[in-house]
Amino acid sequence: MDLWYTENHTENVRFSTKVKRQLVSFQSDYQHIAVLETEEFGKILTLDGYLMVTEKDEFIYHEMIVHVPLATNLDIKKVLVIGAGDGGTIRELVRYPQIEQIDMVEIDHMVVEICKTHLQQTSCALDDPRVSIYYEDGLRYIRNIDDSQYDLILVDSTDPFGPGEGLFTKEFYGNCYKALNDKGILVNQQESTFYGSYLEVMKRSHQKIKTTFPISRVYQAHIPTYPSGFWLFGFASKHYDPIKDLQAQAWNDLGIKTKYYNTSLHLGAFALPNYVKEQLNEID
Amino acid sequence: MNYTQENTPIHEAIEYHKNTRVVHFDVPGHKGGRGNPELTKFLGEQCLKADVNSTKTLDNLIYPTSIIKGAEELAAEAFEAEAAFFMVNGTTAAVQSMIMSTCKAGDKIILPRNVHRSSINALVVCGAIPVYVNPGVDHQLGIPLGMGMKDIEEAIMKHPDAKAVLVNNPTYYGICSNLKGIVKLAHEHGMKVLVDEAHGAHFYFGEELPISAMAAGADMAAVSMHKSGGSLTQSSFLLCGKGIDSGYVRQIINLTQTTSGSYLLMASLDIARKQMYLHGKEIVAKTLELAEYARKEINRLGGYYAFSKELINEDTIYDFDRTKLSVNTTSLGLAGIEISDLLQEDYDILIEFGDIGNFLAVVSAGDRAFEIERLISSLADIKRRYSKDKADMLTYEYINPDVALSPQKAFYSDKRELPLVESVSYISGEFVMAYPPGIPILAPGERITQEIVDYILYAKDKGCVLTGPKDMTLEHINLVIDG
Repeated sequence: MDLWYTENHTENVRFSTKVKRQLVSFQSDYQHIAVLETEEFGKILTLDGYLMVTEKDEFIYHEMIVHVPLATNLDIKKVLVIGAGDGGTIRELVRYPQIEQIDMVEIDHMVVEICKTHLQQTSCALDDPRVSIYYEDGLRYIRNIDDSQYDLILVDSTDPFGPGEGLFTKEFYGNCYKALNDKGILVNQQESTFYGSYLEVMKRSHQKIKTTFPISRVYQAHIPTYPSGFWLFGFASKHYDPIKDLQAQAWNDLGIKTKYYNTSLHLGAFALPNYVKEQLNEID
Repeated sequence: MNYTQENTPIHEAIEYHKNTRVVHFDVPGHKGGRGNPELTKFLGEQCLKADVNSTKTLDNLIYPTSIIKGAEELAAEAFEAEAAFFMVNGTTAAVQSMIMSTCKAGDKIILPRNVHRSSINALVVCGAIPVYVNPGVDHQLGIPLGMGMKDIEEAIMKHPDAKAVLVNNPTYYGICSNLKGIVKLAHEHGMKVLVDEAHGAHFYFGEELPISAMAAGADMAAVSMHKSGGSLTQSSFLLCGKGIDSGYVRQIINLTQTTSGSYLLMASLDIARKQMYLHGKEIVAKTLELAEYARKEINRLGGYYAFSKELINEDTIYDFDRTKLSVNTTSLGLAGIEISDLLQEDYDILIEFGDIGNFLAVVSAGDRAFEIERLISSLADIKRRYSKDKADMLTYEYINPDVALSPQKAFYSDKRELPLVESVSYISGEFVMAYPPGIPILAPGERITQEIVDYILYAKDKGCVLTGPKDMTLEHINLVIDG
């Protein structure tokens, strides 16, 4: 049998990978959830047909969303994670003993349930005692919580079309600002700018963050299975600069073993290609 | 042919017509879109193919005998009216047809002072004379309300020769008058009741909503199906109750309505009627659920007041349409219009409108939960970023207008301009409207008094937005050259 999974990266570009078998195909209240076993990427998770996680390259995304802020401020104790139903971000966070509390807000209970069963590689730390999971809309959660309580907010969201749309808005960034303490950091996935359809969203969300936080930087990672293979993250904060305040020695002393992230790469990730700088400068 | 509410006669006939592959040597000249590829790409081939012309099989809106007649009968049944007319010139045309069907030149009609511009325009066309009733104002919110029974009774007693009473029900903000009481009183005095129900199409189909015009026994109602009923913009129903000669109404409609009625608009009315008849209960229930949730969450934010049924006072606020998400913003020190602008410019959220003290968000079953969350969170963020000290509100006093000339006569008179302060005792040639509370201070044909001039100066000083006159600064005003 010749069974393939295909995601349209644009109207004219496709990404395909050969499928061994389908493990899950489920319509939740919010989206279609599938887990497929592939020849090349191991198990993969898709939401509404969009590829979210593959076993082969998920480490890149999850290491880059977590270790960049954690190496900038080693004193992070209280973390809010929006999205992250697959658990990969949580797995990286629990490696830090100084973190005392991780609140995770995921809109779709079924994503977590399915990942717990079929994607142990990422979901393995969801039962850590420091983790509390809230199943609700991220925008709603953050609107209703006390001010200035988190050291770090990680936005591990889906694309800005569909249920994740509210996490790319000015109202969300504004409410994040309110929920962070005066040294707080916000890191979010910011899509890619290589293809036109994502460019506008990325530019707009970057602009909204810039008008909300005094410090706002963009960094990159190489993620083979995401559209264009080139992905961007936003680093916004009230106090710390991710380059000047990098605690390279102290972080290396923690002895956290990583496959992608290191402190040299940390600095390099903030060095952006000229075409991306131009795209961002357009709105500066 | 025997149709049921499951049918959509116009829609079905267009589908059939498309399948017959008829060769067209008639209008429209785009011939199913082939003559205008860019338009076809934009709107879609199906849409252009449905843009057809009146023919023997597709009936004629001017004098319906087959499918349009069938569709109108189904609409009448759905709205529990004696007759229903498909309107393709907007609810404006429906309101004007109601007035022109019941009033001739020189006849009097009783209306609330905050009547929609389309009604005054109807008076300009047909020559009827307005008798205005104070709509009542909520001073805290700065919005006009419904008409009080006492005020209507007084107007009826003073003008027993009036032919009709026109009611705005619900208002834009969702405020309802005592419709049943008004109908009873008007009918006792031989007057027709016309209801501008532009914002109330859903009243006919949902539960736990204020009473609809037809259910209250009104004689005619203009219903914007496109506002809360799901049809395309500009499509509307005109409903008639018992004792209205629908043949005469058809003649009145045909005086001004297009002879090339759009089948896209008509089909949308047809399909929307079916949907509301079959699923209106669930649609309205979902709308109510979303609106009530939003209201509760917005009120929890502090500073905002999303008002509802607690305002009911048994008279000028006889009932409230809870599908309306009307929010007062004065405690935040922000104008509703400022919030409306911020939402659009900074948050990519469009709302229906904002005035000085309030804004109105239209909620429907087409909304998704995360969009409601976005609105609420944006309001929270706006409060955090922009709220300031509360500004003092102006005190509004209703000024009873002195109608010296019919709107028609005033409209067609020669005019001249004078400084506002020198205009006392002349007849105004234009509108002067102040927001808040959105009630005209002057309409064409009304005599200007010292009280009116003083009030305009006071409203200007208080920062009201004054609209209507050619001179936006209102230093000058156009006056009728009295014959």
